[in-house]
Amino acid sequence: MKKLRLNKTSRTNFLTYGMVVVLFVVLQIMSGGGMLSSTMKGQLVPICAYVVMALSLNLTVGVLGELSLGHAGFMSVGAFAGAVTAAALQNAIPSGGLRLAVAMIIGALFAAVAGVLIGIPVLRLRGDYLAIVTLAFGEIIKSIINNLYIGMDAGGLHASLINNTIVLEEGGRMILSGPMGIPGITKISTFTAGFILIMLSLVIIFNLVNSRAGRAIMALRDNRIAAESVGINVTQYKMMAFVTSAALAGAAGTLFAMGQNTIIASKFDFNQSILILVFVVLGGQGRMWGSIIAAAALTILPELLRGFADYRMLVYAIVLILVMLATNNPTLSGFFSRLFGRFRKPQKGDAAR
Amino acid sequence: MSAPKREPTKLVPVPSTNKIPERDIGRSPVLECRHLGIDFGGLTAVKDFDMAIGRTEIAGLIGPNGAGKTTVFNLLTKVYQPTRGTILLDGVDTHNMNTAQVNMAGIARTFQNIRLFDNLSVEDNVKLGLHNYIDYGMWSGIFRLPSYWKAEKAAHNQAMELLSIFHMEDMANAKAGSLPYGAQRRLEILRALATGPKLLLLDEPAAGMNPSETAELMENIVKIRDQFQIAVLLIEHDMSLVMGICEGICVLDFGQIIAKGTPEEIQNDPAVIKAYLGGRKE
Amino acid sequence: MTFLNHLISGISLGSVYAIIALGYTMVYGIAKMLNFAHGDVIMVGAYICFFAVASYGLNPIIGILLAMLVCTVLGMLIERLAYKPLRQAPSLAVLITAIGMSYFLQNSAQLLWSANNKMFPSFLNFGGTTGISLFDGQLTIAWTTLVTIAACVIIMIGLTLFTGKTKMGKAMRAVSEDKGAAQLMGINVNTTISVTFAIGSALAAIAGVLLCSSYPILVPTTGSMPGIKAFTAAVFGGIGSIPGALLGGVLLGVIEIFAKAYISTQLSDAIVFAVLIIVLLFKPTGLLGKQIREKV
Repeated sequence: MKKLRLNKTSRTNFLTYGMVVVLFVVLQIMSGGGMLSSTMKGQLVPICAYVVMALSLNLTVGVLGELSLGHAGFMSVGAFAGAVTAAALQNAIPSGGLRLAVAMIIGALFAAVAGVLIGIPVLRLRGDYLAIVTLAFGEIIKSIINNLYIGMDAGGLHASLINNTIVLEEGGRMILSGPMGIPGITKISTFTAGFILIMLSLVIIFNLVNSRAGRAIMALRDNRIAAESVGINVTQYKMMAFVTSAALAGAAGTLFAMGQNTIIASKFDFNQSILILVFVVLGGQGRMWGSIIAAAALTILPELLRGFADYRMLVYAIVLILVMLATNNPTLSGFFSRLFGRFRKPQKGDAAR
Repeated sequence: MSAPKREPTKLVPVPSTNKIPERDIGRSPVLECRHLGIDFGGLTAVKDFDMAIGRTEIAGLIGPNGAGKTTVFNLLTKVYQPTRGTILLDGVDTHNMNTAQVNMAGIARTFQNIRLFDNLSVEDNVKLGLHNYIDYGMWSGIFRLPSYWKAEKAAHNQAMELLSIFHMEDMANAKAGSLPYGAQRRLEILRALATGPKLLLLDEPAAGMNPSETAELMENIVKIRDQFQIAVLLIEHDMSLVMGICEGICVLDFGQIIAKGTPEEIQNDPAVIKAYLGGRKE
Repeated sequence: MTFLNHLISGISLGSVYAIIALGYTMVYGIAKMLNFAHGDVIMVGAYICFFAVASYGLNPIIGILLAMLVCTVLGMLIERLAYKPLRQAPSLAVLITAIGMSYFLQNSAQLLWSANNKMFPSFLNFGGTTGISLFDGQLTIAWTTLVTIAACVIIMIGLTLFTGKTKMGKAMRAVSEDKGAAQLMGINVNTTISVTFAIGSALAAIAGVLLCSSYPILVPTTGSMPGIKAFTAAVFGGIGSIPGALLGGVLLGVIEIFAKAYISTQLSDAIVFAVLIIVLLFKPTGLLGKQIREKV
């Protein structure tokens, strides 16, 4: 048997898994010992959802190298598909955990289908054109769900678009009511479920990246023409990355939705997509641990800034601009590297390291 | 109604009169182009490009800057779709294929301005060349099934074997983008070779190399041809390399072939001396 | 007649989109960046004009000029402080900075002027009427509509002349073709980019006033959706192309109004974006965009 040889990539991957496990255990203990405020406790599930969103978008932006401005659209598809599933299965599956798992799978599947439908036109385009079309799709998804009505009765699920034309039998109820969204959700998402989803996402992303398919995806990012010249099917691998990313976002959407009382479609808008993109860029493209930290920190930050009340979004904006300037301007980043000692600029090439 | 006026039809010879080395005559040429051409907008960049390459031939494509040499490579590999003409790769018409399919059908290439996967390791670059020979699916990769370990191990060994051709085994874990220039050019050749081509296209392989490096490269090109029994078509400005190893040479000027033949024939061709050397002696 | 009515209001809305799209397209052409804060400059312009006219009782013309002045300075300031230091940075970093700037402007506006709705005054009434009546009153065209369309036409002609005839205009075209070569020819690239931002922002101020004259509710997020739509219009027409911005803007406005009138009000945005996607499928660089061939 050959001795287990760990290269730099595997080491970083194991450290990332370790970091997530340690954070989970610490937060569980703190939560159990009453050391977390109720607001913080309430943030645990959304943090997990946003971490998975950031990880999945990093697959598109950092590993595949394509800019997506509509990632919240997949989250939305997953959130609504998952929440409708969970509501429909309320009586069929009494166990919350199992129901959540089924809902997440359905959410991921729906988001994956959306990913395929969007990927077909989007992945033919390049650069900024691709970005604007993902933005357009995000808005389309928002508009459609905003006008979608779903009800359930003994006869099964009924749906209608634009106007609520659903007539339900005795004992039936509306699940999704257009702009009103889905109210009265039974919260079945837990911090543990979130932790499992994060670990699962990491396994999928790391193992995908360090396989034949992942190499092909990164080859497309580094040099598309060279990748084609060695016989790599551009559409197939772009699609693989894009759809995997969409499916994970769908699962994250379900996790998020099942931790809320109410979800509405307009929550998953362009600004939400941008928020997730910010996590990825600040954490470093292709750097999964960076995405985890950025997503967690920036989800808590607005809560921590509650003291600033009205000023918190302003502070957020200023911090964002300053961080971008500090990390990307040669003069400023030189200044900060002297200030903080060894400071490494996140590089596109640090794929999944 | 009068009959529509039409230009008189010009008849062209088929099969062509293209030449290949005598030793390859027992088998059909690996590549044959007929009347290959492309227009960019109104401008004709390449016109009536006719060429055949034998199974184990080392052929050269030369010509002044801007003559359309790289454009020919881009046509052969379908980076550009030809406006006219046919490309027969091992007897198969490639007109329906894209770049990736042409590679799988047997043409691999290097680029004038090196195009490596800069952020990936040297080994991964070669493994990407082996991509279509590595046989396991996305799910085997994600769940690390036995087929993953088996195929990756085989690919690793194969990549190392290829790297040993240029004695690059100890660079396997380095980032491709961080390699010195000469090593990058060699890696690009290995990556192309890994795809198992019948025809290897080299775009200025000796660019930026000193005479001793060029001499070593010449030896290696011949060695690769002998070992893998493939054909090579190379674009090169270094005449010592072209005249030293090429068997058939094709000279391109303003997108058109002005001469074809052996190194001796080319060196003595008045049209080549006029157009290509421009009267200067090197 | 209703068809004609919808067409005219579509062209009017489209004219506003076109004026905003010009700002996106010029900046993209020259600085190769998506300036997401552009939509919020519109909002600032509208607020300035609102306060000048409604609070200080100034003449609307002076209000517009003041708005243009403030926006021009603001645009140049944003460029100088936030974008110029990132000229060599990866485009994603610039994009995030632009988005940060957009949040900054929105939240500053909210702090300065509160999130409450402001009713934008309608000051375009000539001779006591708000519009002209045609065909025995079957067709009414508001002065605002006419002024908007006229402004768009004048701006287009002006810009075409500017980029075609003047030294600065030619410099802008040169910089958008090849920054390095332009610099070697002695063109001051920084000044050129600065001027581009100035023009784009002045146009944004005009667009803000025109937009709020037709849709008079003014809030700190007034600029974001029209901004995104105008950006879509710029891409639709072929980003980087000035006639493309006009074509894209007008088409988008007409499609939006028609979709609202004949298909569904709620889904009109979805329809607009769907049309964009379909167009890009067939013309991957927009209607009037240049086809780029990758050099191999």
